[in-house]
Amino acid sequence: MYDLLIEPLQAEFMQRSLLTAVLVGIVCATVGCYLMVQRLALLGDAISHSVLPGLVIAYIIGIDIFLGAFIAGVFSTVVIAWIHTHSQIKEDAAMGIVFSAFFALGITLMTIVQKETKIDLNHFLFGNILSVTQSEVINTLVITVLVLVVIVLLFKELMLYTFDPVGAQAAGLPTNLLNFGLMVLIALTIVASLKSVGVILVLAMLITPGATAYLLVYRLHMMMIVGAAIGVISSITGMYLSFHFNLPSGPAIVLVAFGFFLLAFLLSPTQGVLTQSLSKTE
Amino acid sequence: MNSASSLAVDHLGVQYRMVNALSNVTCSVNAGRLTGIIGPNGAGKSTLLKAMLGLVLPSSGQVIWGDKPLKQQLDRVAYIPQRSQIDWTYPATVWDVVLMGRIRKTGWLKRYSTVSRRLAADALERVGIANLRHRPIGQLSGGQQQRVFLAKALTEEAEIFCLDEPLAGIDKKTEAIVFNILHELADTGHTVLVVHHDLGQAITNFDDLILLNQELIAYGSREDVLTKHNIQQAFGGHVPFFESNAA
Repeated sequence: MYDLLIEPLQAEFMQRSLLTAVLVGIVCATVGCYLMVQRLALLGDAISHSVLPGLVIAYIIGIDIFLGAFIAGVFSTVVIAWIHTHSQIKEDAAMGIVFSAFFALGITLMTIVQKETKIDLNHFLFGNILSVTQSEVINTLVITVLVLVVIVLLFKELMLYTFDPVGAQAAGLPTNLLNFGLMVLIALTIVASLKSVGVILVLAMLITPGATAYLLVYRLHMMMIVGAAIGVISSITGMYLSFHFNLPSGPAIVLVAFGFFLLAFLLSPTQGVLTQSLSKTE
Repeated sequence: MNSASSLAVDHLGVQYRMVNALSNVTCSVNAGRLTGIIGPNGAGKSTLLKAMLGLVLPSSGQVIWGDKPLKQQLDRVAYIPQRSQIDWTYPATVWDVVLMGRIRKTGWLKRYSTVSRRLAADALERVGIANLRHRPIGQLSGGQQQRVFLAKALTEEAEIFCLDEPLAGIDKKTEAIVFNILHELADTGHTVLVVHHDLGQAITNFDDLILLNQELIAYGSREDVLTKHNIQQAFGGHVPFFESNAA
């Protein structure tokens, strides 16, 4: 056991990976609960695919790639909202159109850049948690703390807004601002997770732990806490699997999270498929 | 709350995608009276309520309360949406939802005070579901769901109560409780405005009525509004409940 779990941590890169895994597990699951209760899972996918061109453009012009990714992510939500408020196109179609176009642009730019330099941007597609640098860990830490502080401070307002947006408006809350704030939180979270799970799989870390918790508890803050715990355990387990078996880290983390979901889906005391059918036959 | 605090609806109109949903509604709503908004399906009843609060953007007109537009005084209004507008699978308990009524009074960055918690507990007691406090909202009956939202509205300490079809699909017991509380609110000088969906027996609970069919047909006391002529104008020849309940 010692060999499997503790020994790898003597390597400095593994300590960085472990810290990143914990942070990403917490922040994704917490923010993802808002996506789930608003039935906006696809929006997480849309923003995460949309960060790619921002990332590459930032690399080309030499600014912080995370800043570029964040700007592109927020910009995509603005474009989506603009399309569906100014035409008959529904929000889900607008998301599909925008994120695939952004993603295509990102891949195109990436291919052009990689012809000229040796930089491997593929890490950002699927994640490579074992290669996070010191500054990336600090980025992730700062973002996680910031996002969690905002959620704690605005918890009751965000809860009313996500539960009953019209009611929130009737109570005089600035709902447009709250909505934009949520988009910013989601974009920040995705940026923080880029290196560990990558843009394609980050959706799983946003949705799966929260959905698993939803099958187990029935209050928003409990869902966030239990979801974060599941997220952390999934990403640490995935990280070790990645290390010992030389697996890609993003997929390993996501598959572990899915394993937990499956367990809850089958065995949840209140909503499990197996537990329900057992209690019916009794 | 004197008569100057009556709501003045002035030439209010709403368009959805170039189609008039409601045009040119001018009427007043008095404090201390239980006022119903009635009319056939698609008459714009909910739209009127929402437009009054600025929840849908009016294409014309305004609503004045006291000396200011109502939508600038939303902190004095409690709004109860249609039950079907709410996602009842949301992860929250009865207690969580009732406390939401205190958000505006609590203010940003602050936690709910002891006073707020007491108001929420009292409100639950008043609508008769104090025992359901810890129940997830997904496990409530329709009548219980409606009572949760009524309790939430009561915690807001509002002067104007706007309810959108609070009686749709609920049991008789809840209907009695809802009307009892609405009468109490009106009797203590509140303005109570209720979108109501049929012309059945329950309509006798209202003091005043606003009768709509995409435009204002009539408003005033129930007796004055519920004439055969007005009803026929609003509902056409087809008046399902009218004969048995003629005012």
